[in-house]
Amino acid sequence: MDNKTIYALSTVFGKSGVAVFRISGSSAFKFFDAMTNFKSSEIESRKMYYMPVLDIDSRETLDKCLVVAFKAPCSFTGENTVEINCHGSKAVIRSISESLSEIADFRMAEAGEFSRRSFYNGKMDLTEADGLADLIDAETRLQQEVALKQMGGTLFNLYENWRERLVSLLSYVEAYIDFPDEDIPQDTVFKIENNVFKIIEEIEEHLQINKVEERLRDGFQVVISGPTNAGKSSLINTIVRRNVAIVSDVAGTTRDVIEACVDIKGFPVIFSDTAGLRESDDSIEKIGIDLARKKIADADFNIFLFDAENTEPEVFADYLSNKNNYLLVANKSDKISESRRKELLEKGCILISAKNNDNVEAIINALYNCFNDMYSPSCACLITRQRYKEALSECLSNLRRFNLSKEIELSAEDLRLACREIGKITGRVEVDEILDKIFSSFCIGK
Amino acid sequence: MSDLYDVIVVGGGHAGCEACAAAARTGAKTLLLTHKKSTIGEMSCNPAIGGLGKGHLVREIDALDGLMAKVIDKAGIQFRMLNLSKGPAVRGPRAQADRSLYRKYMQQALAETENLTIEEAAVEGFVIINDKLSGVVLADGQKRLAKAVVLTTGTFLNGVMFTGHQTTIGGRIGEISCTGITPYLKQMGLKLGRLKTGTPSRLNADTIDWNVLERQSGDENPQAFSFLTDKITNRQIDCGITSTNERTHKIIRDNFNKCALFSGLITGKGPRYCPSIEDKLVRFADRTSHQIFLEPEGYDTNVIYPNGISTSLPADVQSDFIHTMKGLEKVEILQFAYAIEYDFVDPQELSHCLGVKKIEGLYLAGQINGTTGYEEAGAQGLVAGVNAALYAKNSGKEFYIDRSQAYIGVMIDDLITKGIDEPYRMFTSRSEYRLLLRADNADARLTELGYKIGCVGDERYMIYKEKMEKIQSFNNYCRNKTVSYADIENQGLSVKHSGKKSLKDVMSYPNVSRETIENIDSEIKNIDDKIYEQIEIDAKYSGYLKREYEDIEVFKRDENMKIRDDIDYSKIGGLSTEMVQRFTRVKPKTIGEASRITGVTPAAVTALLGYIKNA
Repeated sequence: MDNKTIYALSTVFGKSGVAVFRISGSSAFKFFDAMTNFKSSEIESRKMYYMPVLDIDSRETLDKCLVVAFKAPCSFTGENTVEINCHGSKAVIRSISESLSEIADFRMAEAGEFSRRSFYNGKMDLTEADGLADLIDAETRLQQEVALKQMGGTLFNLYENWRERLVSLLSYVEAYIDFPDEDIPQDTVFKIENNVFKIIEEIEEHLQINKVEERLRDGFQVVISGPTNAGKSSLINTIVRRNVAIVSDVAGTTRDVIEACVDIKGFPVIFSDTAGLRESDDSIEKIGIDLARKKIADADFNIFLFDAENTEPEVFADYLSNKNNYLLVANKSDKISESRRKELLEKGCILISAKNNDNVEAIINALYNCFNDMYSPSCACLITRQRYKEALSECLSNLRRFNLSKEIELSAEDLRLACREIGKITGRVEVDEILDKIFSSFCIGK
Repeated sequence: MSDLYDVIVVGGGHAGCEACAAAARTGAKTLLLTHKKSTIGEMSCNPAIGGLGKGHLVREIDALDGLMAKVIDKAGIQFRMLNLSKGPAVRGPRAQADRSLYRKYMQQALAETENLTIEEAAVEGFVIINDKLSGVVLADGQKRLAKAVVLTTGTFLNGVMFTGHQTTIGGRIGEISCTGITPYLKQMGLKLGRLKTGTPSRLNADTIDWNVLERQSGDENPQAFSFLTDKITNRQIDCGITSTNERTHKIIRDNFNKCALFSGLITGKGPRYCPSIEDKLVRFADRTSHQIFLEPEGYDTNVIYPNGISTSLPADVQSDFIHTMKGLEKVEILQFAYAIEYDFVDPQELSHCLGVKKIEGLYLAGQINGTTGYEEAGAQGLVAGVNAALYAKNSGKEFYIDRSQAYIGVMIDDLITKGIDEPYRMFTSRSEYRLLLRADNADARLTELGYKIGCVGDERYMIYKEKMEKIQSFNNYCRNKTVSYADIENQGLSVKHSGKKSLKDVMSYPNVSRETIENIDSEIKNIDDKIYEQIEIDAKYSGYLKREYEDIEVFKRDENMKIRDDIDYSKIGGLSTEMVQRFTRVKPKTIGEASRITGVTPAAVTALLGYIKNA
């Protein structure tokens, strides 16, 4: 625990009428300067204000909220406190939470921390002690155990695996430091650097994957690409049921990447219709094609669309990833023979007719299944997830400082702090654990 | 028995020496009881002091005006600063001693100590008057009375030695063990256990073929342990290095069944970091060789200590395998290795002052608390001695060193909150504030504290004060002295042209040597090495130190929340029976201590916090 200003959602995460955020700490009133049009200096204590709460960067309104400030020591924790009553929608909660995390000196509260602070400041004397223990227990369970268990242990195992690997690397460094007279091979220590880089990469990738959360707010990216005149714009129009792209029979009509946002069984999805994938001499069109390639690479899901009559699905061979996040879709199925139909099905294609709205449902279902897989039940635990994110980012910044060209004890400190951050999620690091590793890995004792 | 002492210290080992000297320094009329005056300050095992973590402890003992550092500075025959190639926080001084000189100078230091009487007698029991510990009973039935007693019995408490299947009762080779104390401790409800340690054979230097062996020398500029020692003047001597080979290993393996450790004779647990050779072969079966250091035990002796082959194998097997090693083919074995098992008291029975919680006035230090090592013992002896003196004089004060102040604090806190399951040894990795708790700044961390409590004398305090003032003023100088970009760049360093750069900023750059700093500012040439070093370290570690200071602030907050002794844990709502038991057993003095007890949950700590706030 440090002296930073802490915040957390104080109500259960999920769809509800009202959700309450609580902020506590000496810098709590910075919230007003950072995320509202009010100045903290003009806010009166214990008075409720109706105000738009803004995105910290874009200054767009996230929600209109009822906000109360409590000046220290007249608050639950005895510190400066702000309570934000916002609408209980997941998107609002997520976006407010993210903006809060970006205010300097703010961090997500740890289990039981509000209660703990209120103790330190002598504010809890009216509470029965056993009631408090229950409260802390409940908070702990809510923020840690339940979250971890609900995830079926996979996330826990992933984090624990990193931590264990770091502990084991740390034990090499510690052995090298604490037993200079033993024949601990120096190359063991220098191999550590690569392993640290590997863990850095993995954590970075993991944080990347965890973009699902952002996707839920901003929409999953689905890119429809394919040769010109395959009917991409028509497909989007069918899905969107409104005219967002220009549909024409002239090849190369759609030059810009055009986006349309659609709700698919609860998931926000952004469809992009891209320029046709063909070699072109037209410089503007060329730019469009480059854009399309980039889009395909970045997409959460790709629909490769082609004309069932005159194109083979193999034209997409270059673009297919080994990930299971694409569909090969043959359009204009109404115009082909039964044998052709059979041939395409055998190649794993889906047959549709965008124009006649025939079998488009198959695409919708595939998308739903894909996003539902990405959105595992773990995503329901926003609080813990955001806490993990902070701990992992902190872990990363310690690991990035690690390098063996500086004093070894400082590198050890970097690893130790990195372990401690993951330990905040999965449990504590004990010195004994490091010593155990040393004694089982090296023959110590001359 | 006309005399009434303030403090009686039982045992003249490393814990006992520091304990009696510290008690006497603190102003207590002190009696040291040892069954053999001539072995006071004996190095029973390795003739060396210091090392990583251990060297830190010796510097801390010195900062509190203890004896060990001053004695080894006079008795050392090979000084090395370990980890010299690594940073200052993980450097540890180590020295090999002339065993007889060490004894001599330790005995001399005690003889010069005021308030201290030394008597040769074995202790076989306690004097209890009105349920109060009031002294000790000697083997001949005489009594010695005191207000406080410090036990430093080492391996002598029910000590049993093993060489193969042959067992001998005793606390050290050729000496008796102590059997009268354990029953009383058990009767008072203390939890006791058995631990094991061992010492290797001793070899005759004249029969070793030194010419074929590799050498290890001491440092060219030996550095002293004591902050008061100006220069090491002793002649430095070399060690030899040999190693085990496959033939050695085969002999040992073929005789596993004869070794006391594997046959089940020894039940006590031994330290993993100081394993016997048979233990090494079992745990690291794929290794075909282990290094053995051949360390001379002094200037005028032919005894060699072979570091790395302690064993509980029978004498004939020892002889066979030793003779397989290079240089040792014809060696004469002067004394065979033995393992030793002894009683220890679960350190969770102790307070931070090393007082036994169930027996007022009784203090324990050294191996009896489950530790190993002269330095660990000495450090505890000092703390126990000072506290026994404070108690005997009814001062109402306690000498409490916490984890953020010293390795001594880390060790005691680990012992009393976590207990032990193998002999406890200090490592630098045990400290969470390693960059701050360095061997080079032990005086800055502890001397003031010791002076206030009364265990640091005026002479040392004056020297300390003067040094601190110099550090302070040099630090101010370096922080205020502005250096131009051009001056920095002229030294081949690159610098961002923004903001003022102080001399201290430049010192913090990687790979900047003192020479570079002197080139920038020639004034620096006049600065004493020790003073310069402190500011340089402060500059180089600055970002990391800042973080450690912040952590300490958080740590202190929990340490400042005191828990009363008479608290009834079963009355606290929301605590499980298991938590009640854990708290009751350790009786933590602060919330911080409570939170470090093995197995205690955060929820339990919060419930405890709630209870004490309301009480």
